[in-house]
Amino acid sequence: MLREYLTVESVSGPLVVVGKTENIKYAELVEVEFSDGAVRRGKVLEISEDKALVQMFEGTLGLDVAGSKVRFLGRTQELAVSPDLVGRIFDGAGRPADKGPDIIAAKRLDINGNPINPSSRAYPSEFIQTGVSTIDGMNPLVRGQKLPIFSAAGLPHARLAAQIARQAKVLGKNEAFAVVFAAMGITFEESDFFIRGFRDTGAIERSTLFINLANDPAIERISTPRLALTCAEYLAFDLDMHVLVILVDMTFYCESLREISAARKEIPGRRGYPGYLYTDLATLYERAGRIKGKPGSITLLPVLTMPEDDKTHPIPDLTGYITEGQIILSRELHRKGIYPPVDVLPSLSRLKDKGIGSQKTREDHSDVLNQLFACYAKGKEARELAVILGEAALSDLDKLYLKFASNFEDSFVRQEESEERSIEETLGIGWSLLREIPRQELKRIREDYLNRYYAVE
Amino acid sequence: MMTKQPNIIKVSGPLVVAKHCQGAKMYDMVRVSDKRLIGEILELKGELAYIQVYEETSGIGPGEPVYLTNEPLSVELGPGLASSIYDGIQRPLNLLRDKSGDFISRGLDVAGLDHQRKWHFYPALKAGEQVNPGDIVGTVDETPLIKHKIMVPLGVSGEIVEIKEGDFNVTESVARIKHDAKIKDITMLQRWPVRKERPVKEKFAPLEPLTTGQRVIDTFFPIAKGGTACIPGPFGAGKTVTMHEVAKWSDAQIIVYVACGERGNECADLLLSFPELKDPRTGRPLLERTVIVANTSNMPVAAREASIYTGITIAEYFRDMGYSVAVMADSTSRWAEALREMSGRLEEMPGEEGYPAYLSSRIAEFYERAGKVTCLGKDSRSGALSIMGAVSPPGGDISDPVVQATLRVVKVFWGLDDKLANSRHFPAINWLLSYSLYHNNLRDFLKDNICEEFIVLKREAMRLLEEEASLLEIARLVGIESLSFEDRLVLEVAKSIREDFLHQNAFHEVDTYTSLKKQYLMLKVVMLYYALSKAKLKEGVDFEKIVGLVVREKISRLKYIPEGNLGEFIKIEEELRKSYA
Repeated sequence: MLREYLTVESVSGPLVVVGKTENIKYAELVEVEFSDGAVRRGKVLEISEDKALVQMFEGTLGLDVAGSKVRFLGRTQELAVSPDLVGRIFDGAGRPADKGPDIIAAKRLDINGNPINPSSRAYPSEFIQTGVSTIDGMNPLVRGQKLPIFSAAGLPHARLAAQIARQAKVLGKNEAFAVVFAAMGITFEESDFFIRGFRDTGAIERSTLFINLANDPAIERISTPRLALTCAEYLAFDLDMHVLVILVDMTFYCESLREISAARKEIPGRRGYPGYLYTDLATLYERAGRIKGKPGSITLLPVLTMPEDDKTHPIPDLTGYITEGQIILSRELHRKGIYPPVDVLPSLSRLKDKGIGSQKTREDHSDVLNQLFACYAKGKEARELAVILGEAALSDLDKLYLKFASNFEDSFVRQEESEERSIEETLGIGWSLLREIPRQELKRIREDYLNRYYAVE
Repeated sequence: MMTKQPNIIKVSGPLVVAKHCQGAKMYDMVRVSDKRLIGEILELKGELAYIQVYEETSGIGPGEPVYLTNEPLSVELGPGLASSIYDGIQRPLNLLRDKSGDFISRGLDVAGLDHQRKWHFYPALKAGEQVNPGDIVGTVDETPLIKHKIMVPLGVSGEIVEIKEGDFNVTESVARIKHDAKIKDITMLQRWPVRKERPVKEKFAPLEPLTTGQRVIDTFFPIAKGGTACIPGPFGAGKTVTMHEVAKWSDAQIIVYVACGERGNECADLLLSFPELKDPRTGRPLLERTVIVANTSNMPVAAREASIYTGITIAEYFRDMGYSVAVMADSTSRWAEALREMSGRLEEMPGEEGYPAYLSSRIAEFYERAGKVTCLGKDSRSGALSIMGAVSPPGGDISDPVVQATLRVVKVFWGLDDKLANSRHFPAINWLLSYSLYHNNLRDFLKDNICEEFIVLKREAMRLLEEEASLLEIARLVGIESLSFEDRLVLEVAKSIREDFLHQNAFHEVDTYTSLKKQYLMLKVVMLYYALSKAKLKEGVDFEKIVGLVVREKISRLKYIPEGNLGEFIKIEEELRKSYA
């Protein structure tokens, strides 16, 4: 049943109040026909007996109170899915943007999805080799994990994300693999970099892209990641594919959320972001995972830029509380000309322990990882000390650690954008660095691994 | 006059307003629309009821009916709780999965306990005996670890006229009690409103430690059975790993783990690892003594608010049987945020950081449900309920209102430190920041069960750690070379305490759990090294020689000595004494 109203009462920012409504449902999809004939979409945000508050997805430019028609569609926002999604490019609202035909729906899915039952989840445990030492060696990524990249303005997060998308593979397996890429509010150049990257490597054949650029309506960004994740869920759990979802840039998404919250005159939480930012982000991030008995998986790699490089800003902060670790990029390393500038110490992968070890990577991986962390931390401490006291004042051991830190950054962290290191190579570099440290200092490594790897060149 | 069917007039996210709700009471459960979504009344204005709905409300609109149940949000208590995994409103997750598949859909109605399953009931009393609330009428072997005691519910007393042994389900009568000429059936099932504390006879001070197998906790910042602790820290500092470790190894008889608004994969880890992990004391799977309430962050926010109460009510019920119960709430910040979200939608005046003004009283009420108690019932059995709450303050900033309100009521503070976590020192509990107010309470227990010397060693070790902090400060300014050898020895020993004692690897098969006895022995060796070295230093032995002793390598591996091989410590002690010669 189509219901059309001519009773727009007020418009404020992205919000439209429609009066004299009847039998409207919460979260229902709405089409508004402007007096110039343009049709824009929105959804019901709040309803009372005779009024509906509608949030427009694509802005309200040109909307007038008198001449607009509002149609309530009686369904929530849906994405038409079919295997043809792979290899296509859509705009931020899910319309084809590659001059291709519309998707003929095998199924229509509500873009909000339903939460995965925790008892249906399988614990992520398959190591993904990204070919990047700082990730594979120190913060390993596993299938079904959500691992964000915390970046800041001017840092090469796009290059790193593209490199991961290009190189990610599970050792010894050759399975259906897809990339779903959602851009929210990024510039044309940045998005073009990704699209070109996908085209050049042929990866576009197994990718689905949802692109909302900086000059597209900000409100549309609210649905972009949901479309991408709905698409990913379909590919992973209906078509049994392994899906890597990249969301760039979550900061713009959160800002759109704040915009709507402010327009609704809600009580703001920290820095003006709505109090439900955590819940809202969780409904996105938590859609990653694996399900018992299903071969597919969703691995999520959101990218966000920290305002003022501040990790305690609500967006990185709440993200860190939801995701299973984080990869933090460092301006200091970037300035030293080190790519990828991954700040190893505050970075973390929470799910690494089940994904590494014998038969997955190598039996000594976990110990080596812990020892490298500890040594690098000591080295950085020594470096701070050297700044204050001068290098001469350091003890011999501290000098060793100081050297270790520099070597670590130079040979372990640094690698080429096209360089794909196997996990064996990464661990090999790790051991060659550890050999510079006296054996009794390596307390985090078990005896037999020391016997096996420390002595041999 | 016919009363009108209550119906919806407004929907805003999880908040629904309904009219014609005469007779509804605060915190009553309701069913919203014909999809029968579960909700709870939060506010009443005349005949309007403000309802928080525990499920997604999309597709709900004005005019749809609301069904009152005239009963507050309650949990079902009885055999079958142990090993269960519930969502925030006590729906078993495995049954939800059977009904709706891998994704949770809406309006599912599942009882908390299996009403069909038969349990063998052993009577503990005979016909003709007088009973009062809390008296145990019989038992059920719920799991090999838990003897479930069937208690006379509140408000029932009188003479038993009939009681029988046999196989019953939880709704069948196992005993009949005569009271004022009326006969009342006793079943194994009780219902209890979650927001109401279960009564006890008496509360008293907790005097026994709740050992957790974590050295930094048990030795330096212990919690008592019946005590409260909180563990605040920024993300990545290891809150959840610490909570999981405590849940695995603590010597409580029942563990209730509330995963409140946390990660789905972490819940999965809990759900998958607990059936496999063995209790170090009994050798049985840990899940047999565990109840899990899992409401992940993407599940409806209102149910998250309820999950904490669901968990604590189940815990109180086991405590009433005379068990020592530990509740882990991870994380209370998510619960507070759920409160804030609902408060915002109710358009209440906000307090600090947008949290409602009643935040701190709600937190205090929650922690106050802990305690060492004498339970109701004529055998005066005692039970203990300990609460450990993780707090996730924004940016790790402990001036956050949730942390501050929590610190006002809890007795133990395990302060997690970003810096320690970054250098992979786990558990990243900062020894200078943390505190426990139970040291004095636990003195006698340690004296009687471990050794009086332990208390002295603990104090001495703590002093060294304090001293280390100030010495490092000086060393940073003037260089380590300018410190005296005594001071440098303090630094060496403090480093050894940190690295060889406090640092504990949760993923190492031996290191993950350390008994109190072994903790004592470990600390004894480390402190012996200090005492001997200090004396030798005075005698003029070279500092470099003392620091370079070969036996120190053994000290650094004390943690890997298995629990069954504690005799090893005596050998190492001897070796240490000899090595100065």
